[in-house]
Amino acid sequence: MRKSVFIYSPEQLEYKFSDSHPFNHKRLLLTMDLLRQISALSDDDIVPARIATDEEIALGHDQKYIDTVKKAGHGLITAEQCGNYGIGTEDTPIFKNMHEASALLVGSTLQAVDYVMQGKSQHALNLGGGLHHGFHGRASGFCIYNDSTVAIRYMQEKYNARVLYIDTDAHHGDGVQWAFYDDPNVCTLSIHETGRYLFPGTGNVTERGNGQGYGTSFNFPIDAFTEDESYLTIYEQAVREIFEFFKPDVVLTQNGADAHYFDPLTHLYGTMRIYQEIPRLAHKLAHDYCGGKWIAVGGGGYDIWRVVPRAWSFIWTEMNDLALPSGNLPKEWLDRWQKESPVPLIPTWEDPHPLYEPIPRKLEIEEKNAQMLKKALYLIRNEKK
Amino acid sequence: MIIEEIMQTDVFFLAPTNTVKDALEVMREKKIRHLPIVDDNEKVVGIITAHDLKNILPSSLNKDINLTTYDTPLEKIMVKDPLIGHPLDFIEEIALTLYESKISCMPIVSGGKLVGIVTSTDLLYTYIELTGANKPSSKIDIRVSDKPGILSDVMEIFKNHHANVLSVLVYPSVQNNDTKIISVRVQIMNPLPIIEDLRKESFNVLWPNLPGVER
Repeated sequence: MRKSVFIYSPEQLEYKFSDSHPFNHKRLLLTMDLLRQISALSDDDIVPARIATDEEIALGHDQKYIDTVKKAGHGLITAEQCGNYGIGTEDTPIFKNMHEASALLVGSTLQAVDYVMQGKSQHALNLGGGLHHGFHGRASGFCIYNDSTVAIRYMQEKYNARVLYIDTDAHHGDGVQWAFYDDPNVCTLSIHETGRYLFPGTGNVTERGNGQGYGTSFNFPIDAFTEDESYLTIYEQAVREIFEFFKPDVVLTQNGADAHYFDPLTHLYGTMRIYQEIPRLAHKLAHDYCGGKWIAVGGGGYDIWRVVPRAWSFIWTEMNDLALPSGNLPKEWLDRWQKESPVPLIPTWEDPHPLYEPIPRKLEIEEKNAQMLKKALYLIRNEKK
Repeated sequence: MIIEEIMQTDVFFLAPTNTVKDALEVMREKKIRHLPIVDDNEKVVGIITAHDLKNILPSSLNKDINLTTYDTPLEKIMVKDPLIGHPLDFIEEIALTLYESKISCMPIVSGGKLVGIVTSTDLLYTYIELTGANKPSSKIDIRVSDKPGILSDVMEIFKNHHANVLSVLVYPSVQNNDTKIISVRVQIMNPLPIIEDLRKESFNVLWPNLPGVER
C-alpha cells in the first residue's frame, strides 16, 4: 500500500472567480512547486482529479441548485436570476463553467476518499477541496459545492463508515456542521475565530447537534488575537478527547490556512507553528484510532504568498513521515515567486520572531479561551466520570 | 413586534383548589417556573412561581418535615391579581414592565381569558434573534457622529457593493456622547472592499475591535 497520494489536476485552477478575488487556487501551484523543490513530491505521488457526477453532488446538494449553477456557468442566466442560490454575489460571482470547475473539486475529494477507503493508500491529500461553507441549496462564502459534505455522505453510503470531520479553518465550518447536525454517525469539530465579527457568525459552543445527533457537533470559537500557545492547547485537548469519545473509522481534516497573523480576512495571531502541529496530531490519532485512514483537504487561506505554501507543505511532509522542513526555503522557489508576489516572501520555513507587537489583554484572551474549551467539552467530560 | 408573535400559547395552568404538591409536579414535569392560576371561567386569578413554592416549603435538611404543607391549596399562597398583558402589547412595553416591577413572567389575557404567557426567557430569546447570526454573515461596527442622515450615508456604501444587510443596530457609544455605533450584520465573507470604501469616506470602522478596548 502507498503511504500517501496527492490529488491534483491543472483543471483545479479553473475554480476561479476573478483576478482580484481573495480565493485564489494559484496557491496550489506555489505549494506543489515548494514541495518539488525540496524533493518531497514527485510525479509518482500525484493522482489526477476526476469530475463528480450529478448523482454524487446530489448527496449534498439540491438538484435545482445544481441546475442553476450549470446554467449560470454556461451564460444562460444572469446574476439577478440566480435569486436565493447565493451565486452572482460579490463573494461568489458567476464565472465560466463554474459547475464543471466545482464538480472537479468535489470529484478530487472523492478520489482521495476512494484511495484511502479501498486501501490503495493510507492517507490522501486534496488541497483543492475544503469548501466548507457550501449549503444544501446555496453557495456561500466563496464555496459552491461542499466537497466535504458530499465526501462524508459518500463514505457513509459506499463504505458504511463513521466519520470524524476536523475543521481548523479560521472560519466556522458551517456547511458541513448543518449537513450532519442530526446525524449521530458523523462528528464535526470546528475551531475558529468567534463569530462576533467574522463570517459566518455561527459556531457557538452551544451548537452541539440536534435530536439523535445531539452531542456530535463540537465548536471551539476562539477570540480574535488568539496566539499559538492558546490555539494549540485548544486544538490538542479538543482533538484528543473527541477522537477518544467518538472512535471514528476514518478522519477527514479541513486545513484552511487562514488563522495566521498575515491572513487579511481574519484576526487570529497564529504563526507557522500551528501548521506544523495540526497535521502532526491528526496523523498520530488517525493511526491510533482509524488504522491510519486520513483524508486531508485544503480550505481557506488568503495570504497565498507568505502563508499557504509553507503551511500546506507541512501536511504533505507529515503524511509521508518526512522530517519537518526547517531553515531556508529553496532559493529557486523564492526567486521564481518573489517576482509575482506583492509582498516580500518569508525566506525561511519558520516565521521571523517576533512576528508582531505584543497584544494587550493577552492573558485575558487565553483565560477566556480556556473557559470556552471547558464549556465545549463539558458533555463528554461529564460522561467519562 | 407585538407579544402575540412571541408568546407561548400552549400554557400550563392550575385551579385555585389545586395543591402545592400539584404545582410542584407540573413544574418539575414540564420544566417551567411559572403557573397561572385560573378559575372556572378561565379568568386569571393568581400566579405561582417556583420561587414562591421554595419559600413556603420546609428545608430538605430539616428532619421533621411538615407534610401538610404539600396539601395547601394554591389560593392560599398565590399572588392574587397579578400583572397581566394583552396580545397586542408591544414587546418593549412588556420588557419594561418586567424590568421595573422586578418580575419574570406575565400571563397574556384577551376577552377575559388566558391566551398565552411570556417570560423573561422568551424576551431574551427575541433579543438573541435580533442580534445573532441567523444566516452566514460578517459584522462591521462603525463609529459615526450623532447627526441626521448618517445612517443613509453608511448604507449607501453597502448598497454599492450589492451586499445584503441582515440587521442594523444603532446604539450610543459608552465613551463619547457625540458619537454612536452602527453595528451592521451583512451577508458577505469578504468585507474588506466595503471597509476600504467606508474608510475612504472617513468613517471610523471598528473592525475588529480589540476585546473590551474602544478605540
